[in-house]
Amino acid sequence: MTQTRPWVPYLLILPSVAFLALLFIVPLVQTIWLAISDNGAPSLANAQRMVNDINFGRSVQNTFLLTAVVVPVQLAIALAMGTMVAKIAGGRETILWIWTIPLAISDLAAGLVWLSILQNTGYFNSLLFGLGLIERQTSWLSYQTPVALFIAIAIAEIWRGTAIVMVIIVAGLNQVPKEFKEAAEIFGAGPWTRFWRITLPLIRPALQSALILRTVLAFEVFAVVYALGGRNFPVLVGEAYNWQNQNQNYGVAAAYAVLIMVISLAATLVYLKAIKVDPERLP
Amino acid sequence: MSTANPAGFVSSRRWLLWSGIIALCAWVLVPIYLVALGALGGRQGVYQWPKTGLPMGISLDPFLLFLRTEGVTQSFFNSLGAAGITVALSILLGAPAGYALARYNFRGKDSYRLLVLLTRAFPLAILALPLTVSYIRLGLYDTIIGVGLIHTVLALPFAALVTQGIFLGVPRELEEAAWVFGCTRIQAFFKVVAPLALPGIVATAVFAFVISWNEVFAASVLTVRNRTLTAYLLTVLSESPMHYRFAGGLLLILPSVIFIFAVRRYLFAIWGISSK
Amino acid sequence: MANIVIDRIRKNFGSFQALKEISLTINDGEFVSLLGPSGCGKTTLLRIIAGLESATSGDVRIGEKSVIGLPPKDRGLAMVFQNYAVFPHMTVYENVAFGLRMQKVDDARVKKQVEKAAGLLHIEPYLDRYPNKLSGGQRQRVAVARALAVEPKVLLMDEPLSNLDALLRLEMRTELKTVLQSAGTTTIYVTHDQTEAMGLSDRIAVMHNGVVEQVGSPVDVYNHPATRFVGGFIGNPPMNFIKVPVENGRVAAGVQQLVVPDGSASEIVLGLRGEAVELANLPEGMEMKVRVAEPMGSHLLLTGSIHDQPVRVILPASETVRSGDVIGLKLDRNRITWLSPESGKSYPAAAA
Repeated sequence: MTQTRPWVPYLLILPSVAFLALLFIVPLVQTIWLAISDNGAPSLANAQRMVNDINFGRSVQNTFLLTAVVVPVQLAIALAMGTMVAKIAGGRETILWIWTIPLAISDLAAGLVWLSILQNTGYFNSLLFGLGLIERQTSWLSYQTPVALFIAIAIAEIWRGTAIVMVIIVAGLNQVPKEFKEAAEIFGAGPWTRFWRITLPLIRPALQSALILRTVLAFEVFAVVYALGGRNFPVLVGEAYNWQNQNQNYGVAAAYAVLIMVISLAATLVYLKAIKVDPERLP
Repeated sequence: MSTANPAGFVSSRRWLLWSGIIALCAWVLVPIYLVALGALGGRQGVYQWPKTGLPMGISLDPFLLFLRTEGVTQSFFNSLGAAGITVALSILLGAPAGYALARYNFRGKDSYRLLVLLTRAFPLAILALPLTVSYIRLGLYDTIIGVGLIHTVLALPFAALVTQGIFLGVPRELEEAAWVFGCTRIQAFFKVVAPLALPGIVATAVFAFVISWNEVFAASVLTVRNRTLTAYLLTVLSESPMHYRFAGGLLLILPSVIFIFAVRRYLFAIWGISSK
Repeated sequence: MANIVIDRIRKNFGSFQALKEISLTINDGEFVSLLGPSGCGKTTLLRIIAGLESATSGDVRIGEKSVIGLPPKDRGLAMVFQNYAVFPHMTVYENVAFGLRMQKVDDARVKKQVEKAAGLLHIEPYLDRYPNKLSGGQRQRVAVARALAVEPKVLLMDEPLSNLDALLRLEMRTELKTVLQSAGTTTIYVTHDQTEAMGLSDRIAVMHNGVVEQVGSPVDVYNHPATRFVGGFIGNPPMNFIKVPVENGRVAAGVQQLVVPDGSASEIVLGLRGEAVELANLPEGMEMKVRVAEPMGSHLLLTGSIHDQPVRVILPASETVRSGDVIGLKLDRNRITWLSPESGKSYPAAAA
């Protein structure tokens, strides 16, 4: 049957290929061209304007710092969640559902949620006041408190983005037969050894895709930052947005876009190299 | 056995485990509760100091007032529309591809999978930037269809990979049995495969919905007057009073949470598949 | 080396009693099978001995020392899992060495032990490979080698052959017996396959619904089942159970007069192994109506009825009996088991 009509699978994938070509490949090429051209001729003018902008250095630094802090913490929390939930029988479903709720919450909404907590008359200040730690309302989200603002954004990102890592990790853990851990236990491995020598190596594929997905998303961080700090905390995508919408300069916006893409691709390649997934060594 | 067992040790570890679990549940739930308080507390609620965190002085009125603000309902329905288009397109285009990947071996299969996986390494929303120009030319700029199209780029690769896994989960033998008993390939698909794959496809659709509903960047770049809810909130953010912002946050959260609840049973199966 | 004492072990899952006060002693160096259908509690018992599951009450002693509450690693045992549980991310060598590494054994000794175990199981050529490149049978050997490499006091095996195809299973069975005989390790072997249990064990414990119905040597369990369940579970075809009337303390089987252990009963169940019969002329033999006769090559299998109750018997291949025949059977007195119709329990063999 498969042999008699070899065109069937192509017919089935054709619409999606055409769609992705039109709305993924074409804009991708356009973006790159926009970034490296000026008035229709190849030029690095846009890249230069981008680099010389006063916010450029800070936005690069902020985005990298945020990613470097947020992603490892998310991974650690997700692994802790996965390990904990594996140990319980009753209520597992409910707990997992609660933990996945932030998966459906947009970064903008997450920013607004944490704004309600961290604003001047918010719950965090109320708590500190109640504990006698502060005497008046303290501002955490202004440009005068960059460290506090950074921490606030990191917390909001961790709050929102851990769910996706957790779901991928738990799905990975579910695929590891429990006999492997039991065998390790029989042969004398303690909980810590089991985790490092058996569980982690066996969920490599899940770790890899969780890290790639989360890191690419972390470099895209934008609305959380905007909701919490407005323009007090420049990040790469925020700058692209401003150049496009406020300054109407599509070229520089495209230069930012290409920069983000290059960083994302580089990160993906690093993960692919660093966490080798050898199908031969999987269950 | 309780005599020989170090019972105290075991129960203290259980206690530790459960306090960890409860703490993490609180970490997720408490902020949502607090933003809901903010949304329902109105102007007075925002300036109340110090706050107690208890549900006092709340009513639906501030939230309803927010809903009646000019542009809110419009953008809410725009978001629904864009998400509807995303769901329809990503399933219509993605599911056939998923079926082809699951059931056929064909030249170029690996290249196609690579194309789909490649989209994951790119920050896709950024691609909205050059589209502004083409959209203006095509009359798609500032339309819900335009937003739906770019959101489909986000959801389609996901839908193709997940439906592949779902179709792989329907035993080939069932389909072959249908052929043997006289179905054509197309009949067999609709009589046997589709009903079995339906719950998974519905779950995929829900995810496509959530992807579109939550997307901020592309929607903000590609619209001016026909804003989606996220785009609307982002642009009015700096000039809105605090309790409006919280009400907006709550309005964004509610549908997604309901949807996640609806598909909670498929979450892990789906991500198990799509993270391969 | 150590003996194992299982002392009144109970295990409840909620209101379900998976194990109902099981007591069993396994001697030093002995090979004991836990045999029973799925859901009889045999795997649960094994996991309790291993320490992978906790008992609701009762005690397990290995080498006279209670191990309840001890983690598996402190019990001095090794285990072979049903799905092998050979770690896919480690080479065969590292798999076999795993237990030794956990005990922080020095490299030279690890190498020696791994090579010894690998030699026993003939897996030396694969030591550098990853398990996914190996066949089921080879992985099985790795799992056994990993268990033997630590020279455990006790070896636990959970249906280790059930995932192999029939031919390989037979081959591995013979090999396991050879290897374990030379190692002399106390072994508990869980299986639902009676031929495996018969072939390998010193003693068999037949389990059913959370209780041990009988413990005994394979021959004992086969010839003198303690209960109707054991007789029906062991042997192919299973033991025949024929309810027969008792007159004056005897049962008439054709001209044969068989003395029954309980003369006061009016009815008794005659437990008869299919092959414990000879063909006889009709008035002398017990009457059997043959419904189907199946020549199997090595023997002749007859399915039919005695006293209107279904039976299966085996005759030498040389006999000619056709479907529909009515034949006479002479019973082998020494191989009859008498059972109570009420309790399903057999009368002690000596009384028969």
